[in-house]
Amino acid sequence: MPAALAVSGLTKRYGATEALRGVDLSVGEGELVGLLGPNGAGKSTLVKIACGLVRPTSGRAEICGAPAGSPAARGALGYLAELFRFPGWATGDELLRLHQRLAGSDGGAGERAELLELVGLSEARERRIETMSKGMQQRLGIAQALVGRPALLLLDEPTSALDPAGRRTVRGLLAELRRRGVAVLLNTHLLSEVEQVCDRVAIIDRGLVVAAGSPSDLARPRGVEVETASGTRVFQAASREDIPAIVERLVHAGERVYDVRLVRSTLEDAYLAAVDAPAEPHDAPATTQRRGAA
Amino acid sequence: MSDVLVVAGHALRESLRRRVFAVVVCLTLAFGALYAWGTSELFEDLAEFGPNDFGLDTRTLAGATILGLAMFGTLFLGVVLAVFLTLGAVRGDAERGLLQPLIVRPLGRRQYLAGRFLAAATVSGAYVLLVYAGAVVVTGAIGDWWPASPVGAGVRLAAAVVVVAALALLGSILLSANANGIAVLMVFGAGLLAGLLGSIGEALDSGTLQTLANTASWLLPFEALYRDALRVLVAEIPGVTGAIVQLGPLGGSHDAGALFYPYAVAYLAAVAVAGAFAFGRSDL
Repeated sequence: MPAALAVSGLTKRYGATEALRGVDLSVGEGELVGLLGPNGAGKSTLVKIACGLVRPTSGRAEICGAPAGSPAARGALGYLAELFRFPGWATGDELLRLHQRLAGSDGGAGERAELLELVGLSEARERRIETMSKGMQQRLGIAQALVGRPALLLLDEPTSALDPAGRRTVRGLLAELRRRGVAVLLNTHLLSEVEQVCDRVAIIDRGLVVAAGSPSDLARPRGVEVETASGTRVFQAASREDIPAIVERLVHAGERVYDVRLVRSTLEDAYLAAVDAPAEPHDAPATTQRRGAA
Repeated sequence: MSDVLVVAGHALRESLRRRVFAVVVCLTLAFGALYAWGTSELFEDLAEFGPNDFGLDTRTLAGATILGLAMFGTLFLGVVLAVFLTLGAVRGDAERGLLQPLIVRPLGRRQYLAGRFLAAATVSGAYVLLVYAGAVVVTGAIGDWWPASPVGAGVRLAAAVVVVAALALLGSILLSANANGIAVLMVFGAGLLAGLLGSIGEALDSGTLQTLANTASWLLPFEALYRDALRVLVAEIPGVTGAIVQLGPLGGSHDAGALFYPYAVAYLAAVAVAGAFAFGRSDL
């Protein structure tokens, strides 16, 4: 079974600007991968190449084994652009019907009703898009991307216009998609979102994947804090496995131990460490590798 | 083919729901009313003229002249409609974020272009035929003058608008909506101006002006189609009346020649190939 998205050695040059400098990335079937990186890092370019909207300068991008941009690849994906607009004169239901026709979906009214319910817009199916709030339009955009039951969903900043409640809805939706086996590449700036829903994270900086792994692996342990009667003591190089020995040593030395905490770096720390250092190529397998924190 | 029809239907539905057609119908009715009024006044004045010594058929002269004017007006309105239906079809819609959700579907870029062209050509071509037919009927009903070959002239006029729609769609791939609208209308104006210069060149027997007009006709075939439509309109009018009406009110009649029609078809095909190539290489 080919990966939902397989990218290797991908480069893109706009004149003198190198947007991508050899990106390798894969998204497995039913996997939810977060794409992080500063503005201008090349995230949207990568997503657009996967969609066939932008042609790569070199390298390969495949969707479910088909070259990106081919009809087979486009038939296997759903996409929500960062800057999108739908025809304001159409209703939500009409928009989904149009995309059903273009996607060759035979889901009919049942599929449209299911998708609108999934994004919490059942009541707005006959409402014109121009009268919807930006958040409603963004949720409608996700429903539109799901028309035709795509194997891979490419979401470019899907929660940028949503309030906290809307973001929670989308997080629940992403979890539901994973349960259904839909692979998702989520391009976002919201680290908390990635931390909560993604199986893996790839951090892109200056056109390169500079770190990749699961959110928990990227957020590595930074030591052990022990609260004793004489104050908090920090063992910076220690890991979870060292905790029994540390406690035993302290008790043996006559300390009274009240609390022990394993201190982890946050994904934010990992992100900042990865993007602050000079960019170097990085393969993006499932294993954790960090450049900045090494 | 079904994808092409889906895109064409979507474009037409947008125009319908945006009330583009309602505005067009209202303005066209106003144009028709003014034309009917002017025609009525013209033929009333004509009744005051008695027989003349020059062999001039004043009814034919008035009818052919005012219908020629109506053809120019119809062409202009049809071109405006074609341009507004296509000016932002690619770059304009891409800049607004409307295009990307459609293009990532299995639908190909060529099918998208074909759908947009089909919608614009059908609407603007049908519009021109309807308005032209209305002008013929108004001229005949009020002035009792009917052209000998009304259908041939109308078809050429509609074909001219279809060529402009194709150029506007090609321009929409390369230029932003505003720049494209301005460029296409300026090209249209330049083409008509070249045709007028050609008419003047024929009257003054100026080879340079005629060469200029002929070159413009090959580069911009809508201009040649328009002047050929005028030729068909007045071709069978004999004598001095025929000689006068062939000079035309806005661009004289001109025989495009037998080779021109296959050339116009090849021209449209070349525009389609250029559009597909340019759009296929565009990053959106």
